[in-house]
Amino acid sequence: MTLLEFARGPALYASLAIFVLGTLWRLAGILRRPRLPDLSPAREGAPSRLAGALHANVRAMWPRRAFGRGTAAAVLNGYAFHIGLAVVFFGYAPHIAFIQRLTGAHWPALPDAVMYVAATVTLIALLIALAMRIVDPVRHGISNTDDAITWTVTFLPMFTGMAVAGEPSAAILARDHVIYPVPLAIHLLSLELLLIWFPFGKLMHAVLFAFSRGASGIRLSHRGVGL
Amino acid sequence: MNAPAAFDRQGTQDDTARVDAAMDSFVREFGVTAALHLESCVRCGLCADACHFHVATGDPKYTPIRKLEPLKRAYLREASAFAPLVRALGLVRRTTIEDLQEWQELLYDSCNMCGRCTMVCPMGIDIAELVRVGRHGMFKAGLVPERLALMDRTARQWGSTATPGEDLPDILADVAAEHGVAIPCDLPQADVLVTAAPAELGEHTKALADAAKILNRMGVRWTMHSEGFDASNVGFNNGDLELQERLTRALVDTAVKIGAKTVLLPECGHAYGAARWEAAKWYGQALPVRVIHMTEFLDEALASGQIRVRPIGESATFHDPCQIVRRGGLEAAARRVLAALGFELIELRDHGTTAYCCGGGGGVISNQRAAPLRQKVFRIKQQQVEATGARHFVTSCGQCRITLETGAKQSGWDRRPESLLELVADQLAD
Repeated sequence: MTLLEFARGPALYASLAIFVLGTLWRLAGILRRPRLPDLSPAREGAPSRLAGALHANVRAMWPRRAFGRGTAAAVLNGYAFHIGLAVVFFGYAPHIAFIQRLTGAHWPALPDAVMYVAATVTLIALLIALAMRIVDPVRHGISNTDDAITWTVTFLPMFTGMAVAGEPSAAILARDHVIYPVPLAIHLLSLELLLIWFPFGKLMHAVLFAFSRGASGIRLSHRGVGL
Repeated sequence: MNAPAAFDRQGTQDDTARVDAAMDSFVREFGVTAALHLESCVRCGLCADACHFHVATGDPKYTPIRKLEPLKRAYLREASAFAPLVRALGLVRRTTIEDLQEWQELLYDSCNMCGRCTMVCPMGIDIAELVRVGRHGMFKAGLVPERLALMDRTARQWGSTATPGEDLPDILADVAAEHGVAIPCDLPQADVLVTAAPAELGEHTKALADAAKILNRMGVRWTMHSEGFDASNVGFNNGDLELQERLTRALVDTAVKIGAKTVLLPECGHAYGAARWEAAKWYGQALPVRVIHMTEFLDEALASGQIRVRPIGESATFHDPCQIVRRGGLEAAARRVLAALGFELIELRDHGTTAYCCGGGGGVISNQRAAPLRQKVFRIKQQQVEATGARHFVTSCGQCRITLETGAKQSGWDRRPESLLELVADQLAD
């Protein structure tokens, strides 16, 4: 078995299994915790629990003016990273082909030029995030091993992906064989590392953010707090 | 290098028992919302930008999420989905007595549980509520600032931090005589049970007398009662759940006993948090009485025409008490009352749900050792008030008033906060 066969076969399926089962396990572990019903009467005119949760989710998507430029810059960097990552993962033709092989689902790809810009933006945003974590005393003080691992497993697929994206995606897809098997295997393995780490670290926020925002939305909208 | 954090101890438990007591308390309280919020943090640090203790000092130790570190460790080791793995591999170390002692300052001296950090958190984490969970454990461990512990012992004995219930009739008689207003006490039947904050039985007696003046003008059948009169609920702030329940039950049971339909809370923020939003939890069912804050009461009385006021017609700015506005939802009500008073409202730069806390909430005003830190925080509010140029500086929480008055005195500032209630009472029209 070559390294690429390993990455495309057992490693991929094992990492996907850990990703799915681990995520479900962690989510279930949270959601099975006791719930105390709020027996206080809601403020007159308060929205439903669902509306409160949804509103909080939408409202948290942009920072309040009161918190100043520092907050806005951090949020902007976060947006640059997340949007860039989503564009690269879901818009790059070889990624779509990869997902199609796995699931059968596919959609039109974005032009390569967009991909290169998105990948560059994502990498720069990641480096800025790392710099902020190291230099800023607040972020430095609250950082832990999870942050280091999460940053690394996020950076590696981006970095190794750049190494196998030297040709136009049409040329890559037109070929019936891989001409850079080892770099591609490393790229895949780095993605699999991310999948394996996902349920154990803060990458899980990609699932939890909606629940977390929603819980505060329910609590505060019940009280009539205008979020 | 920072000086070692100050800490106090109560009781005779050994260190192991203290840590165990704290851990047991934490684990019992890890409900689904607490778990979600402890699990969701991405350590972005934005909460520091919202915390007045960090803004005023620049010290990263005051980053709100950092104040939850021992709680988070307890969660990961004892209650998270991967807890057995975490313990088996020793991924998260046990919390020690030294951790808890160091933590005391972060939980009690430098957090007002004001919730401003929730407003900036991209994950919507309710850090204030988690700090309360932390305080519950610290109380069980006997690791509370001594001044707060003293108040706790007093309230356990008297049912109030201000006075034993049996002295209430005499105090009210004195207040009534001083201000020339009738204050009924211990009536066997009434429609409204009126409660007080401790300061209203001491330095803020005018607020109590003014509440009486308005209620009497409206012809309300009301009383105060020696079996349930102190709404401030020091247990809510200290983390003493037993006391919180006792004080809550005293109010609700007294109201039920005298047939009251309404419990009227004073101008006190934490009273509102404890009674309006948490009392039903202790009662075990929806309350048989309506719990209403003084600001709501004034708003409704003005809107219904039961009272009228003479407009003042000057400029004013308003300090939003955290527990009443950001955590209580009464932002608009206070502004309607200000409008009825004919004020030209000049908002503080940060107001409403993003207003800065006065710095004294959550028991910090009573915690003497926190005074220097509190004074630094006060300057934020001072600067914002001065920037408005408003003639009046109004608020609707007695604790905020005390904090701001204290801050003003210590910094030689000539402004004093005015009570919304007292302004309404002073402007009552025939």
